Amino acid sequence: MSNNQTNNIIEEELIPPAEPGFWKESWYQLTRNRAAMAGLIVIAIFALLAVFAPLAAPKDPLEQTISARMTAPFTDGYILGTDDLGRDLLSRIIYGGRISLIIGIVSVGISLVTGTILGMAAGYFGGWVDRIIMRIIDIMLAFPYILLTIVIVAILGPSLMNAMIAIGISQMPRYARVIRASVIAEREQDYVLAERSLGTNNVELMFRTILPNTLAPTMVQATLGVGEAILSSAGLSFLGLGAQPPTPEWGLMIASSKQFITSAWWIVTLPGLAILVTVLGFNLLGDGLRDILDPRLRD
Amino acid sequence: MLKFILKRLVLLIPTLLGVVTLVFFMIALAPGDPARVMLGERANAEQLAQLRSELGLDQPLSKQYLLYISRIIRGDLGKSIVTQQKIIDELSDRLPATIELAITATIFASILGIVLGVTAARRRNSWVDYSTMTGSLVGVSMPVFWLALVLIMIFSIGFDLLPTGGRMDVRLYFKPITNYYLIDGIIMWFREGNSDYFISALKHIILPTVALGTIPLAIIARTTRSSMLEVLKQDYVKTARAAGVPEGKVVFRYALRNALLPVVTVIGIQFGMLLSGAILTETIFAWPGIGKWIYHSIGARDFPAVQGGILFISFFFVIINLVVDLLYSVINPRIRLK
Repeated sequence: MSNNQTNNIIEEELIPPAEPGFWKESWYQLTRNRAAMAGLIVIAIFALLAVFAPLAAPKDPLEQTISARMTAPFTDGYILGTDDLGRDLLSRIIYGGRISLIIGIVSVGISLVTGTILGMAAGYFGGWVDRIIMRIIDIMLAFPYILLTIVIVAILGPSLMNAMIAIGISQMPRYARVIRASVIAEREQDYVLAERSLGTNNVELMFRTILPNTLAPTMVQATLGVGEAILSSAGLSFLGLGAQPPTPEWGLMIASSKQFITSAWWIVTLPGLAILVTVLGFNLLGDGLRDILDPRLRD
Repeated sequence: MLKFILKRLVLLIPTLLGVVTLVFFMIALAPGDPARVMLGERANAEQLAQLRSELGLDQPLSKQYLLYISRIIRGDLGKSIVTQQKIIDELSDRLPATIELAITATIFASILGIVLGVTAARRRNSWVDYSTMTGSLVGVSMPVFWLALVLIMIFSIGFDLLPTGGRMDVRLYFKPITNYYLIDGIIMWFREGNSDYFISALKHIILPTVALGTIPLAIIARTTRSSMLEVLKQDYVKTARAAGVPEGKVVFRYALRNALLPVVTVIGIQFGMLLSGAILTETIFAWPGIGKWIYHSIGARDFPAVQGGILFISFFFVIINLVVDLLYSVINPRIRLK
């Protein structure tokens, strides 16, 4: 184990990670990591269900059958039962996956783009640019993460889009830091200096030459980030600050059924399980990727 | 050491100023007219104008900013629009509830997390190790509010063992002394020989503690395990073992002390997080702390209250993080001497 770790570190230092062999080797290591593969399978199922939700869901997630309110699981053809308005829970959970997938992609997309630009500029230019950007990042990190998202949504107004923006902004500092750190490590490498001596301009050096080599640690952060974005948005929706009814968002489904915990356990429990399994999938894969791609980040 | 602390304290000033600035501009530059947002659509022009001048919104932005800073320096967070009370008073009233819960959750998470982490590290690759690691991963993947509801479902509704919310049984007609109900309960126990208050306070705090403490528990267990594994590999541990020191002494006397260094930092950071992360937990358990108050202020569009609450918690957060940093350098001489 420790030997393996040292080898990884040595390899990372000797070979620029963007060499084609690096990704092939990483994929091979990933397939041998059982936990990470389990995470990958969960994510694959989640993504497939999300994309093909109309085909996978037995019913319309918004269709109310008042006569079948709060039907227990496995009765009358409702596999996971129905909610307080007689909507099919399984279909709502499947469509909820679609919303969670969008939340994950959009919020991580926002933090990735802003974080990359800021982190790249800070790491590449250094000096006062670095000082100003890092000062802002430090101030953002002075706010507890959950509080920051809640405040941003409170100001922008409650909606799913604003929740995604808020999560994206609140997660941004981590990406900026990760990318800045790897840019500083790459900036003085021979291949960059060689490119520079050929007269390549700054923008091209930053985004064509250096950026691909910051991919590995960013990928780890982004995988874990999707899981956290799904959790945060569920929390925001639970507080009424995210998705609005009748959207089948998982957190909102729990919130709007919480008064039925005495009578219909499944309406509260099952959407939560869906969140748990999905986020667990991203965390398993993220942890595995971290072990493989970024030994320095290991906790 | 004193110089080190002073330097860190001075560095605190720009950070706090930045926090104030960010909070100010977030609210000031928010889309829409804050007065209109706060009063709703039915407000007439006169009311709007009055609120605007009350909040200083009719002044230029730069002047508003300077006024705001000078008010904050004097410790004045303004008045709540809904209750017309001073925000700083409302926050101080609710602070004990939040701190009490954060402390119990931190104690719960630390003790259990360290025990599990050490056990997992000692029996690496055993079922204890696997279940601790799986459990901690599940713990960080779980929505806190959902866990809270499931706990209520099982322990309050299913087994009828613990209350669903609040801090104390209302039938006890309890008059707070320190506002830390567990301590108040003990005081009453001594004073009146009646343990009902303490037991009621204890019963009310158990579920919120578990719900709030689960994520820190998972993180502390993971950190302890990996730090312990790292330390157990060190030469001095091998030497101690080779010299025939009993395994228990090696682990608890020699290894644990060094392994706990990073854990202390994690515990401190988690404590800071708990003060703010309690918004969901406090709301579900009707726990009358700062988190629930901020939640209601957001619902009432009471922007000065939200602004004040956020500043208050962020200041706390920054200061706790500083204390954690300083504490780390006290217990780890390698950093102090650098």
